[in-house]
Amino acid sequence: MKSLGWLRLPLALCMLFLYLPIAVLVVMSFNGGRSAFTMDGLSFRWYAKLAGNGDLLTALGNSLLVATGATVIAVVLGTTLAVGLARYTRSSTLDAYAMAPAIMPDLVLAIGLLAFYSLISMTLGLFSVMLAHAVFGMAFVVAVVRARLVQADPALEEASRDLGAPAFTTFRRVTLPTIAPAVIAGALLTFTLSLDEFVIAFFTNGPTTPTLPISIYSMVRFGVTPEINALATVLLLVSFTVVIASARLSRRTEALDE
Amino acid sequence: MTDLISSTPTGRGATERSSRRERVALLVPGLGYVTAFMAVPVLLVLSYVFFQRGRFGGVVYEFTWDNFSRAFTPTYRAVLVDSLVIAGAATLLALLIGYPVAYAIAMLPDRLRNIALVLVVIPFWTNFLVRTYAWIVLLSNEGVVNRSLERFGVIEDPITLLYTRGAVIVGLVYAYLPLMILPLYASISRLDPELREAATNLGASRFTVFRTITWKLSLPGVLTGCIFVFVPSLGNFIIPELLGGGKFVMVGNVVRDQFLKARDWPFGATLALVLIVVLAVLFFVQSRVSRRLSTGGPS
Repeated sequence: MKSLGWLRLPLALCMLFLYLPIAVLVVMSFNGGRSAFTMDGLSFRWYAKLAGNGDLLTALGNSLLVATGATVIAVVLGTTLAVGLARYTRSSTLDAYAMAPAIMPDLVLAIGLLAFYSLISMTLGLFSVMLAHAVFGMAFVVAVVRARLVQADPALEEASRDLGAPAFTTFRRVTLPTIAPAVIAGALLTFTLSLDEFVIAFFTNGPTTPTLPISIYSMVRFGVTPEINALATVLLLVSFTVVIASARLSRRTEALDE
Repeated sequence: MTDLISSTPTGRGATERSSRRERVALLVPGLGYVTAFMAVPVLLVLSYVFFQRGRFGGVVYEFTWDNFSRAFTPTYRAVLVDSLVIAGAATLLALLIGYPVAYAIAMLPDRLRNIALVLVVIPFWTNFLVRTYAWIVLLSNEGVVNRSLERFGVIEDPITLLYTRGAVIVGLVYAYLPLMILPLYASISRLDPELREAATNLGASRFTVFRTITWKLSLPGVLTGCIFVFVPSLGNFIIPELLGGGKFVMVGNVVRDQFLKARDWPFGATLALVLIVVLAVLFFVQSRVSRRLSTGGPS
Protein backbone atom coordinates (compact mmCIF):
# COMPACT_ATOMS: atom_id res chain seq x y z
CA MET A 1 0.00 0.00 0.00
CA LYS A 2 2.86 2.38 0.78
CA SER A 3 4.11 2.42 -2.79
CA LEU A 4 0.76 3.70 -4.04
CA GLY A 5 1.46 7.27 -2.95
CA TRP A 6 -1.05 9.76 -4.23
CA LEU A 7 -2.80 7.00 -6.22
CA ARG A 8 -4.60 6.05 -3.03
CA LEU A 9 -6.81 9.11 -3.51
CA PRO A 10 -8.33 8.20 -6.90
CA LEU A 11 -8.79 4.63 -5.71
CA ALA A 12 -10.64 5.75 -2.59
CA LEU A 13 -12.74 8.28 -4.52
CA CYS A 14 -13.68 5.65 -7.10
CA MET A 15 -14.83 3.24 -4.40
CA LEU A 16 -16.84 6.07 -2.85
CA PHE A 17 -18.38 6.83 -6.24
CA LEU A 18 -19.22 3.16 -6.79
CA TYR A 19 -20.64 2.45 -3.34
CA LEU A 20 -22.23 5.70 -2.15
CA PRO A 21 -25.36 5.31 -4.32
CA ILE A 22 -25.71 1.71 -3.19
CA ALA A 23 -25.20 2.59 0.46
CA VAL A 24 -27.83 5.33 0.27
CA LEU A 25 -30.37 2.89 -1.19
CA VAL A 26 -29.72 0.40 1.58
CA VAL A 27 -30.05 3.00 4.34
CA MET A 28 -33.21 4.49 2.84
CA SER A 29 -34.82 1.05 2.59
CA PHE A 30 -35.11 0.98 6.39
CA ASN A 31 -36.98 4.26 6.40
CA GLY A 32 -39.93 4.41 8.76
CA GLY A 33 -41.60 7.22 6.83
CA ARG A 34 -43.22 7.35 3.42
CA SER A 35 -40.53 9.31 1.63
CA ALA A 36 -37.80 7.67 -0.40
CA PHE A 37 -35.53 10.60 0.30
CA THR A 38 -35.83 11.51 3.97
CA MET A 39 -35.21 9.22 6.90
CA ASP A 40 -38.01 9.17 9.44
CA GLY A 41 -37.18 6.48 11.95
CA LEU A 42 -36.13 2.92 11.29
CA SER A 43 -38.45 0.12 10.28
CA PHE A 44 -38.86 -3.00 8.19
CA ARG A 45 -42.28 -1.98 6.94
CA TRP A 46 -41.18 -1.64 3.32
CA TYR A 47 -39.72 -5.10 3.39
CA ALA A 48 -43.02 -6.39 4.71
CA LYS A 49 -44.83 -4.56 1.94
CA LEU A 50 -42.43 -6.00 -0.59
CA ALA A 51 -43.00 -9.55 0.64
CA GLY A 52 -46.74 -8.99 0.16
CA ASN A 53 -46.36 -7.63 -3.36
CA GLY A 54 -47.86 -10.46 -5.40
CA ASP A 55 -47.21 -8.89 -8.81
CA LEU A 56 -43.55 -8.59 -8.03
CA LEU A 57 -43.31 -12.17 -6.86
CA THR A 58 -45.01 -13.32 -10.06
CA ALA A 59 -42.52 -11.28 -12.06
CA LEU A 60 -39.67 -12.87 -10.11
CA GLY A 61 -41.11 -16.30 -10.90
CA ASN A 62 -41.30 -15.36 -14.60
CA SER A 63 -37.69 -14.21 -14.53
CA LEU A 64 -36.49 -17.40 -12.88
CA LEU A 65 -38.39 -19.50 -15.42
CA VAL A 66 -36.94 -17.58 -18.36
CA ALA A 67 -33.42 -17.67 -16.91
CA THR A 68 -33.58 -21.42 -16.27
CA GLY A 69 -34.81 -22.23 -19.77
CA ALA A 70 -32.35 -19.87 -21.42
CA THR A 71 -29.49 -21.35 -19.39
CA VAL A 72 -30.36 -24.92 -20.39
CA ILE A 73 -30.49 -24.02 -24.09
CA ALA A 74 -27.36 -21.88 -23.88
CA VAL A 75 -25.31 -24.48 -22.04
CA VAL A 76 -26.23 -27.40 -24.30
CA LEU A 77 -25.79 -25.55 -27.58
CA GLY A 78 -22.90 -23.38 -26.37
CA THR A 79 -20.82 -26.25 -25.00
CA THR A 80 -21.20 -28.43 -28.09
CA LEU A 81 -20.49 -25.46 -30.33
CA ALA A 82 -17.38 -24.51 -28.36
CA VAL A 83 -16.05 -28.07 -28.62
CA GLY A 84 -16.85 -28.10 -32.33
CA LEU A 85 -15.11 -24.78 -32.89
CA ALA A 86 -12.03 -25.73 -30.91
CA ARG A 87 -11.57 -29.23 -32.30
CA TYR A 88 -13.06 -29.30 -35.77
CA THR A 89 -12.42 -25.98 -37.44
CA ARG A 90 -9.75 -23.37 -37.60
CA SER A 91 -12.04 -20.63 -38.78
CA SER A 92 -11.75 -17.41 -36.79
CA THR A 93 -14.77 -16.13 -38.73
CA LEU A 94 -16.94 -18.88 -37.26
CA ASP A 95 -15.52 -18.09 -33.80
CA ALA A 96 -16.47 -14.46 -34.22
CA TYR A 97 -19.90 -15.40 -35.58
CA ALA A 98 -20.64 -17.63 -32.58
CA MET A 99 -19.66 -14.90 -30.12
CA ALA A 100 -21.25 -12.01 -32.03
CA PRO A 101 -24.50 -11.98 -29.98
CA ALA A 102 -22.42 -11.05 -26.93
CA ILE A 103 -21.20 -7.81 -28.50
CA MET A 104 -24.28 -7.01 -30.59
CA PRO A 105 -25.90 -3.90 -29.07
CA ASP A 106 -28.90 -5.13 -27.07
CA LEU A 107 -31.23 -2.62 -28.71
CA VAL A 108 -30.39 -3.89 -32.20
CA LEU A 109 -30.85 -7.51 -31.18
CA ALA A 110 -34.12 -6.57 -29.46
CA ILE A 111 -35.72 -4.85 -32.46
CA GLY A 112 -34.40 -7.58 -34.77
CA LEU A 113 -36.03 -10.27 -32.67
CA LEU A 114 -39.26 -8.31 -32.42
CA ALA A 115 -39.38 -8.00 -36.20
CA PHE A 116 -38.49 -11.68 -36.62
CA TYR A 117 -41.11 -12.91 -34.14
CA SER A 118 -43.69 -10.74 -35.80
CA LEU A 119 -42.74 -12.09 -39.24
CA ILE A 120 -43.15 -15.72 -38.14
CA SER A 121 -46.27 -14.73 -36.15
CA MET A 122 -44.90 -16.04 -32.89
CA THR A 123 -46.88 -15.14 -29.80
CA LEU A 124 -44.83 -12.85 -27.57
CA GLY A 125 -44.43 -14.05 -24.00
CA LEU A 126 -42.03 -15.76 -21.68
CA PHE A 127 -41.07 -18.34 -24.30
CA SER A 128 -40.01 -15.73 -26.85
CA VAL A 129 -37.96 -13.96 -24.17
CA MET A 130 -36.33 -17.26 -23.20
CA LEU A 131 -35.29 -18.01 -26.79
CA ALA A 132 -33.89 -14.49 -27.07
CA HIS A 133 -31.92 -14.70 -23.82
CA ALA A 134 -30.50 -18.06 -24.87
CA VAL A 135 -28.83 -16.53 -27.93
CA PHE A 136 -26.60 -14.10 -26.02
CA GLY A 137 -26.16 -16.57 -23.15
CA MET A 138 -24.87 -19.11 -25.64
CA ALA A 139 -22.31 -16.63 -26.94
CA PHE A 140 -20.95 -16.21 -23.40
CA VAL A 141 -20.87 -19.97 -22.83
CA VAL A 142 -18.96 -20.40 -26.11
CA ALA A 143 -16.48 -17.69 -25.10
CA VAL A 144 -15.78 -19.16 -21.66
CA VAL A 145 -15.67 -22.83 -22.70
CA ARG A 146 -13.63 -22.08 -25.81
CA ALA A 147 -11.02 -20.29 -23.68
CA ARG A 148 -10.80 -23.32 -21.40
CA LEU A 149 -10.43 -25.73 -24.33
CA VAL A 150 -7.50 -23.77 -25.66
CA GLN A 151 -5.64 -24.47 -22.41
CA ALA A 152 -6.59 -28.16 -22.35
CA ASP A 153 -4.31 -30.76 -23.86
CA PRO A 154 -5.91 -32.28 -27.00
CA ALA A 155 -3.57 -35.26 -26.66
CA LEU A 156 -5.85 -36.60 -23.92
CA GLU A 157 -8.79 -36.76 -26.32
CA GLU A 158 -6.63 -38.31 -29.00
CA ALA A 159 -5.36 -40.92 -26.60
CA SER A 160 -8.92 -41.80 -25.64
CA ARG A 161 -9.88 -42.18 -29.29
CA ASP A 162 -6.78 -44.14 -30.19
CA LEU A 163 -7.66 -46.54 -27.40
CA GLY A 164 -10.96 -47.11 -29.15
CA ALA A 165 -13.42 -45.01 -27.14
CA PRO A 166 -16.45 -43.90 -29.16
CA ALA A 167 -16.79 -40.15 -29.71
CA PHE A 168 -19.48 -39.73 -27.11
CA THR A 169 -17.55 -41.64 -24.46
CA THR A 170 -14.50 -39.49 -25.11
CA PHE A 171 -16.64 -36.40 -24.75
CA ARG A 172 -18.27 -37.59 -21.53
CA ARG A 173 -15.21 -39.07 -19.84
CA VAL A 174 -12.41 -36.81 -21.07
CA THR A 175 -13.60 -33.54 -22.57
CA LEU A 176 -16.47 -32.76 -20.24
CA PRO A 177 -14.55 -33.14 -16.95
CA THR A 178 -11.84 -30.87 -18.33
CA ILE A 179 -14.23 -28.10 -19.27
CA ALA A 180 -16.69 -28.58 -16.39
CA PRO A 181 -15.61 -25.45 -14.44
CA ALA A 182 -16.00 -23.35 -17.59
CA VAL A 183 -19.42 -24.85 -18.33
CA ILE A 184 -20.55 -24.03 -14.78
CA ALA A 185 -19.14 -20.52 -15.09
CA GLY A 186 -20.96 -20.08 -18.42
CA ALA A 187 -24.20 -21.34 -16.91
CA LEU A 188 -23.95 -18.94 -13.95
CA LEU A 189 -23.16 -16.09 -16.31
CA THR A 190 -26.13 -16.86 -18.55
CA PHE A 191 -28.47 -17.22 -15.59
CA THR A 192 -27.45 -13.92 -13.97
CA LEU A 193 -27.39 -12.02 -17.25
CA SER A 194 -30.84 -13.33 -18.12
CA LEU A 195 -32.27 -12.43 -14.70
CA ASP A 196 -30.97 -8.90 -15.12
CA GLU A 197 -31.68 -8.39 -18.81
CA PHE A 198 -34.15 -5.63 -19.57
CA VAL A 199 -33.93 -4.26 -23.10
CA ILE A 200 -34.48 -7.49 -25.04
CA ALA A 201 -37.19 -8.66 -22.63
CA PHE A 202 -38.88 -5.26 -22.94
CA PHE A 203 -39.18 -5.69 -26.73
CA THR A 204 -39.86 -9.41 -27.01
CA ASN A 205 -42.24 -9.88 -24.11
CA GLY A 206 -46.00 -10.00 -24.28
CA PRO A 207 -48.08 -7.48 -22.37
CA THR A 208 -49.22 -9.83 -19.59
CA THR A 209 -46.05 -11.55 -18.39
CA PRO A 210 -43.49 -9.07 -17.12
CA THR A 211 -40.07 -10.25 -15.98
CA LEU A 212 -38.61 -8.73 -12.83
CA PRO A 213 -36.58 -5.97 -14.57
CA ILE A 214 -39.71 -4.96 -16.50
CA SER A 215 -41.66 -4.67 -13.23
CA ILE A 216 -38.85 -2.67 -11.65
CA TYR A 217 -38.82 -0.39 -14.67
CA SER A 218 -42.51 0.40 -14.36
CA MET A 219 -42.18 0.86 -10.58
CA VAL A 220 -39.31 3.30 -11.04
CA ARG A 221 -41.17 5.22 -13.72
CA PHE A 222 -44.27 5.37 -11.59
CA GLY A 223 -42.49 6.94 -8.68
CA VAL A 224 -39.89 6.67 -6.04
CA THR A 225 -40.86 4.86 -2.83
CA PRO A 226 -38.99 3.12 -0.02
CA GLU A 227 -40.47 -0.11 -1.36
CA ILE A 228 -38.19 0.11 -4.40
CA ASN A 229 -35.31 0.83 -2.03
CA ALA A 230 -36.14 -2.37 -0.15
CA LEU A 231 -36.36 -4.34 -3.39
CA ALA A 232 -33.07 -2.85 -4.54
CA THR A 233 -31.44 -3.87 -1.26
CA VAL A 234 -32.65 -7.44 -1.60
CA LEU A 235 -31.34 -7.61 -5.18
CA LEU A 236 -28.04 -6.10 -4.08
CA LEU A 237 -27.70 -8.74 -1.41
CA VAL A 238 -28.39 -11.50 -3.93
CA SER A 239 -25.85 -10.23 -6.46
CA PHE A 240 -23.22 -9.63 -3.76
CA THR A 241 -23.61 -13.23 -2.67
CA VAL A 242 -23.45 -14.58 -6.22
CA VAL A 243 -20.38 -12.52 -7.16
CA ILE A 244 -18.47 -13.43 -4.02
CA ALA A 245 -19.46 -17.10 -4.29
CA SER A 246 -18.36 -17.32 -7.91
CA ALA A 247 -15.10 -15.48 -7.14
CA ARG A 248 -14.39 -18.07 -4.45
CA LEU A 249 -15.42 -20.93 -6.71
CA SER A 250 -13.14 -19.80 -9.51
CA ARG A 251 -10.24 -19.36 -7.09
CA ARG A 252 -10.80 -22.85 -5.75
CA THR A 253 -10.92 -24.44 -9.22
CA GLU A 254 -7.76 -22.55 -10.16
CA ALA A 255 -6.10 -23.91 -7.07
CA LEU A 256 -7.21 -27.44 -8.00
CA ASP A 257 -5.66 -27.09 -11.41
CA GLU A 258 -2.21 -26.39 -10.03
CA MET B 1 0.14 -21.49 -28.60
CA THR B 2 -3.44 -21.22 -29.77
CA ASP B 3 -2.52 -22.04 -33.34
CA LEU B 4 -0.40 -24.99 -32.33
CA ILE B 5 -3.28 -26.57 -30.48
CA SER B 6 -6.08 -25.90 -32.89
CA SER B 7 -3.98 -27.14 -35.80
CA THR B 8 -3.59 -30.54 -34.21
CA PRO B 9 -4.90 -33.06 -36.74
CA THR B 10 -8.22 -34.42 -35.54
CA GLY B 11 -9.83 -36.68 -38.07
CA ARG B 12 -7.36 -39.24 -39.35
CA GLY B 13 -7.61 -42.35 -41.49
CA ALA B 14 -10.55 -44.56 -40.69
CA THR B 15 -12.13 -41.97 -38.36
CA GLU B 16 -12.38 -39.47 -41.21
CA ARG B 17 -16.05 -40.09 -41.95
CA SER B 18 -17.28 -40.29 -38.36
CA SER B 19 -15.32 -37.14 -37.52
CA ARG B 20 -17.14 -35.34 -40.28
CA ARG B 21 -20.43 -36.39 -38.76
CA GLU B 22 -19.31 -35.30 -35.30
CA ARG B 23 -18.27 -31.99 -36.73
CA VAL B 24 -21.72 -31.43 -38.20
CA ALA B 25 -23.42 -32.59 -34.99
CA LEU B 26 -21.36 -30.22 -32.86
CA LEU B 27 -21.33 -27.15 -35.09
CA VAL B 28 -24.71 -27.08 -36.80
CA PRO B 29 -27.12 -26.75 -33.83
CA GLY B 30 -25.23 -23.85 -32.23
CA LEU B 31 -24.45 -22.00 -35.43
CA GLY B 32 -28.00 -22.61 -36.61
CA TYR B 33 -29.34 -21.07 -33.43
CA VAL B 34 -27.18 -17.96 -33.85
CA THR B 35 -28.36 -17.73 -37.44
CA ALA B 36 -32.03 -18.08 -36.58
CA PHE B 37 -32.06 -15.82 -33.53
CA MET B 38 -29.45 -13.23 -34.40
CA ALA B 39 -28.33 -13.09 -38.02
CA VAL B 40 -31.75 -13.49 -39.62
CA PRO B 41 -33.52 -11.08 -37.20
CA VAL B 42 -30.87 -8.38 -37.52
CA LEU B 43 -30.72 -8.66 -41.32
CA LEU B 44 -34.51 -8.70 -41.48
CA VAL B 45 -34.91 -5.52 -39.46
CA LEU B 46 -32.14 -3.84 -41.42
CA SER B 47 -33.87 -4.69 -44.68
CA TYR B 48 -36.74 -2.55 -43.44
CA VAL B 49 -34.70 0.60 -44.04
CA PHE B 50 -35.67 0.42 -47.71
CA PHE B 51 -39.38 -0.04 -47.10
CA GLN B 52 -42.35 2.01 -45.97
CA ARG B 53 -44.42 2.08 -42.89
CA GLY B 54 -47.84 0.50 -43.20
CA ARG B 55 -50.91 2.56 -42.46
CA PHE B 56 -51.51 0.79 -39.14
CA GLY B 57 -47.90 0.02 -38.36
CA GLY B 58 -46.14 -2.95 -39.86
CA VAL B 59 -44.12 -2.79 -43.02
CA VAL B 60 -45.20 -2.29 -46.63
CA TYR B 61 -42.65 -3.83 -48.96
CA GLU B 62 -42.35 -0.93 -51.40
CA PHE B 63 -38.91 0.44 -52.04
CA THR B 64 -38.06 3.95 -50.81
CA TRP B 65 -35.11 6.10 -49.79
CA ASP B 66 -37.30 8.30 -47.62
CA ASN B 67 -36.16 6.81 -44.33
CA PHE B 68 -32.61 7.95 -44.97
CA SER B 69 -33.50 11.49 -45.92
CA ARG B 70 -35.67 11.67 -42.82
CA ALA B 71 -32.91 10.32 -40.57
CA PHE B 72 -30.73 13.23 -41.62
CA THR B 73 -33.26 16.02 -41.29
CA PRO B 74 -32.12 18.68 -38.76
CA THR B 75 -34.27 17.23 -35.95
CA TYR B 76 -32.81 13.75 -36.09
CA ARG B 77 -29.34 14.98 -37.00
CA ALA B 78 -29.42 16.95 -33.76
CA VAL B 79 -30.44 13.81 -31.84
CA LEU B 80 -27.57 11.89 -33.41
CA VAL B 81 -25.02 14.59 -32.67
CA ASP B 82 -26.33 14.94 -29.12
CA SER B 83 -26.09 11.18 -28.56
CA LEU B 84 -22.54 11.13 -29.85
CA VAL B 85 -21.61 14.07 -27.60
CA ILE B 86 -23.20 12.54 -24.48
CA ALA B 87 -21.75 9.08 -25.09
CA GLY B 88 -18.38 10.66 -25.92
CA ALA B 89 -18.38 12.75 -22.75
CA ALA B 90 -19.28 9.72 -20.65
CA THR B 91 -16.46 7.73 -22.27
CA LEU B 92 -13.90 10.48 -21.68
CA LEU B 93 -14.97 10.93 -18.08
CA ALA B 94 -14.84 7.17 -17.49
CA LEU B 95 -11.31 7.12 -18.92
CA LEU B 96 -10.20 10.01 -16.70
CA ILE B 97 -11.57 8.27 -13.61
CA GLY B 98 -10.69 4.76 -14.71
CA TYR B 99 -7.06 5.19 -15.69
CA PRO B 100 -5.60 6.24 -12.33
CA VAL B 101 -7.84 3.68 -10.61
CA ALA B 102 -6.74 0.85 -12.91
CA TYR B 103 -3.13 1.95 -12.42
CA ALA B 104 -3.52 1.98 -8.65
CA ILE B 105 -5.10 -1.50 -8.66
CA ALA B 106 -2.26 -2.83 -10.81
CA MET B 107 0.23 -1.53 -8.22
CA LEU B 108 -1.50 -3.22 -5.28
CA PRO B 109 -0.06 -6.40 -3.74
CA ASP B 110 -1.73 -9.60 -5.08
CA ARG B 111 -4.27 -10.18 -2.33
CA LEU B 112 -5.56 -6.63 -2.19
CA ARG B 113 -5.59 -6.50 -5.97
CA ASN B 114 -8.13 -9.32 -6.21
CA ILE B 115 -10.30 -7.72 -3.55
CA ALA B 116 -10.17 -4.38 -5.37
CA LEU B 117 -11.15 -6.04 -8.64
CA VAL B 118 -14.10 -7.81 -7.06
CA LEU B 119 -15.18 -4.52 -5.48
CA VAL B 120 -15.08 -2.84 -8.89
CA VAL B 121 -17.12 -5.62 -10.47
CA ILE B 122 -19.83 -6.01 -7.79
CA PRO B 123 -21.81 -2.88 -8.72
CA PHE B 124 -21.72 -4.04 -12.32
CA TRP B 125 -23.48 -7.25 -11.38
CA THR B 126 -26.26 -5.46 -9.59
CA ASN B 127 -29.44 -4.73 -11.46
CA PHE B 128 -28.94 -2.02 -14.05
CA LEU B 129 -32.25 -0.30 -13.30
CA VAL B 130 -31.53 -0.32 -9.57
CA ARG B 131 -28.15 1.30 -10.15
CA THR B 132 -29.71 3.98 -12.31
CA TYR B 133 -32.53 4.49 -9.86
CA ALA B 134 -30.00 5.09 -7.06
CA TRP B 135 -28.98 8.27 -8.82
CA ILE B 136 -32.54 9.57 -8.72
CA VAL B 137 -32.43 9.17 -4.94
CA LEU B 138 -29.10 11.00 -4.85
CA LEU B 139 -29.75 13.81 -7.30
CA SER B 140 -33.39 14.85 -6.96
CA ASN B 141 -34.32 18.17 -5.36
CA GLU B 142 -35.07 16.51 -2.01
CA GLY B 143 -32.26 14.04 -2.63
CA VAL B 144 -29.22 13.25 -0.55
CA VAL B 145 -26.82 15.56 -2.38
CA ASN B 146 -29.05 18.62 -2.13
CA ARG B 147 -29.93 17.87 1.53
CA SER B 148 -26.28 17.57 2.47
CA LEU B 149 -25.29 20.73 0.66
CA GLU B 150 -28.10 22.59 2.41
CA ARG B 151 -27.15 21.25 5.82
CA PHE B 152 -23.56 22.35 5.38
CA GLY B 153 -24.76 25.74 4.23
CA VAL B 154 -23.24 25.54 0.78
CA ILE B 155 -26.58 26.31 -0.85
CA GLU B 156 -29.90 27.67 0.37
CA ASP B 157 -32.28 26.36 -2.25
CA PRO B 158 -31.93 23.02 -3.93
CA ILE B 159 -30.04 23.11 -7.20
CA THR B 160 -31.35 21.20 -10.18
CA LEU B 161 -29.19 18.13 -10.60
CA LEU B 162 -31.64 15.55 -11.85
CA TYR B 163 -33.04 15.74 -15.38
CA THR B 164 -29.95 17.47 -16.69
CA ARG B 165 -27.42 16.48 -19.29
CA GLY B 166 -24.89 16.10 -16.48
CA ALA B 167 -27.13 13.59 -14.71
CA VAL B 168 -27.35 11.50 -17.89
CA ILE B 169 -23.57 11.56 -18.30
CA VAL B 170 -22.94 10.66 -14.65
CA GLY B 171 -25.47 7.83 -14.91
CA LEU B 172 -23.69 6.42 -17.97
CA VAL B 173 -20.27 6.71 -16.33
CA TYR B 174 -21.58 4.97 -13.24
CA ALA B 175 -23.20 2.21 -15.26
CA TYR B 176 -20.18 1.39 -17.41
CA LEU B 177 -17.11 2.40 -15.37
CA PRO B 178 -16.18 -1.23 -14.58
CA LEU B 179 -16.07 -1.91 -18.33
CA MET B 180 -13.42 0.81 -18.57
CA ILE B 181 -11.38 -0.22 -15.54
CA LEU B 182 -11.10 -3.94 -16.34
CA PRO B 183 -9.42 -3.71 -19.78
CA LEU B 184 -7.24 -0.83 -18.55
CA TYR B 185 -6.18 -2.92 -15.58
CA ALA B 186 -5.49 -5.89 -17.85
CA SER B 187 -3.14 -3.95 -20.08
CA ILE B 188 -1.44 -1.93 -17.32
CA SER B 189 -0.77 -4.96 -15.13
CA ARG B 190 0.90 -6.68 -18.07
CA LEU B 191 3.52 -3.95 -18.46
CA ASP B 192 7.03 -4.92 -17.52
CA PRO B 193 8.07 -2.72 -14.55
CA GLU B 194 11.67 -2.95 -15.74
CA LEU B 195 10.82 -0.76 -18.71
CA ARG B 196 9.81 2.03 -16.36
CA GLU B 197 12.88 1.49 -14.21
CA ALA B 198 15.14 1.58 -17.23
CA ALA B 199 13.60 4.83 -18.42
CA THR B 200 13.95 6.37 -14.98
CA ASN B 201 17.56 5.24 -14.72
CA LEU B 202 18.25 6.83 -18.08
CA GLY B 203 17.07 10.12 -16.64
CA ALA B 204 13.49 10.41 -17.92
CA SER B 205 11.15 12.51 -15.79
CA ARG B 206 8.16 10.79 -14.22
CA PHE B 207 5.87 12.44 -16.73
CA THR B 208 8.02 11.32 -19.64
CA VAL B 209 8.08 7.77 -18.29
CA PHE B 210 4.31 7.80 -18.06
CA ARG B 211 3.77 9.32 -21.48
CA THR B 212 6.29 7.29 -23.47
CA ILE B 213 5.99 3.96 -21.69
CA THR B 214 2.96 3.37 -19.51
CA TRP B 215 0.41 5.29 -21.55
CA LYS B 216 1.72 4.21 -24.91
CA LEU B 217 1.89 0.51 -24.05
CA SER B 218 -1.53 0.54 -22.43
CA LEU B 219 -3.19 2.12 -25.49
CA PRO B 220 -4.83 -1.16 -26.58
CA GLY B 221 -6.52 -1.31 -23.18
CA VAL B 222 -7.52 2.34 -23.46
CA LEU B 223 -9.13 1.69 -26.84
CA THR B 224 -10.95 -1.41 -25.65
CA GLY B 225 -12.20 0.35 -22.53
CA CYS B 226 -13.41 3.35 -24.53
CA ILE B 227 -15.32 1.10 -26.93
CA PHE B 228 -16.79 -0.91 -24.06
CA VAL B 229 -18.19 2.31 -22.56
CA PHE B 230 -19.07 4.16 -25.74
CA VAL B 231 -20.98 1.33 -27.43
CA PRO B 232 -23.60 0.67 -24.72
CA SER B 233 -23.82 4.39 -23.90
CA LEU B 234 -24.72 5.35 -27.45
CA GLY B 235 -27.71 3.03 -27.74
CA ASN B 236 -28.91 3.41 -24.15
CA PHE B 237 -32.46 4.62 -23.69
CA ILE B 238 -33.08 3.94 -20.02
CA ILE B 239 -30.60 6.38 -18.49
CA PRO B 240 -31.65 9.32 -20.70
CA GLU B 241 -35.24 8.58 -19.79
CA LEU B 242 -34.84 8.11 -16.03
CA LEU B 243 -32.07 10.62 -15.33
CA GLY B 244 -32.70 12.99 -18.23
CA GLY B 245 -36.44 13.08 -17.62
CA GLY B 246 -37.11 12.69 -21.34
CA LYS B 247 -35.53 16.08 -22.01
CA PHE B 248 -32.44 14.53 -23.49
CA VAL B 249 -33.48 12.24 -26.25
CA MET B 250 -30.81 9.91 -27.52
CA VAL B 251 -30.88 7.67 -30.61
CA GLY B 252 -31.91 4.72 -28.46
CA ASN B 253 -35.00 6.57 -27.24
CA VAL B 254 -36.07 7.39 -30.77
CA VAL B 255 -35.55 3.82 -31.95
CA ARG B 256 -37.57 2.52 -29.00
CA ASP B 257 -40.38 4.99 -29.65
CA GLN B 258 -40.49 4.25 -33.38
CA PHE B 259 -40.86 0.57 -32.63
CA LEU B 260 -43.17 0.60 -29.65
CA LYS B 261 -45.13 3.87 -29.90
CA ALA B 262 -45.14 5.38 -33.40
CA ARG B 263 -44.95 1.89 -34.88
CA ASP B 264 -42.85 3.20 -37.75
CA TRP B 265 -40.53 0.20 -37.91
CA PRO B 266 -38.74 1.18 -41.14
CA PHE B 267 -37.70 4.52 -39.71
CA GLY B 268 -36.68 2.99 -36.36
CA ALA B 269 -34.62 0.42 -38.28
CA THR B 270 -32.91 3.19 -40.23
CA LEU B 271 -31.79 4.94 -37.04
CA ALA B 272 -30.60 1.60 -35.69
CA LEU B 273 -28.60 1.17 -38.89
CA VAL B 274 -26.93 4.53 -38.30
CA LEU B 275 -26.04 3.28 -34.82
CA ILE B 276 -24.55 0.08 -36.22
CA VAL B 277 -22.53 1.95 -38.85
CA VAL B 278 -21.01 4.20 -36.18
CA LEU B 279 -20.12 1.16 -34.08
CA ALA B 280 -18.72 -0.77 -37.05
CA VAL B 281 -16.44 2.15 -37.89
CA LEU B 282 -15.25 2.22 -34.27
CA PHE B 283 -14.48 -1.51 -34.24
CA PHE B 284 -12.65 -1.16 -37.54
CA VAL B 285 -10.52 1.72 -36.24
CA GLN B 286 -9.80 -0.18 -33.04
CA SER B 287 -8.65 -3.31 -34.82
CA ARG B 288 -6.41 -1.28 -37.16
CA VAL B 289 -4.88 0.73 -34.36
CA SER B 290 -4.29 -2.20 -32.05
CA ARG B 291 -2.76 -4.21 -34.86
CA ARG B 292 -0.37 -1.37 -35.59
CA LEU B 293 0.47 -1.05 -31.92
CA SER B 294 1.17 -4.75 -31.54
CA THR B 295 3.25 -5.16 -34.71
CA GLY B 296 5.00 -1.81 -34.72
CA GLY B 297 5.89 -1.92 -31.04
CA PRO B 298 6.70 1.23 -29.08
CA SER B 299 8.27 3.87 -31.25
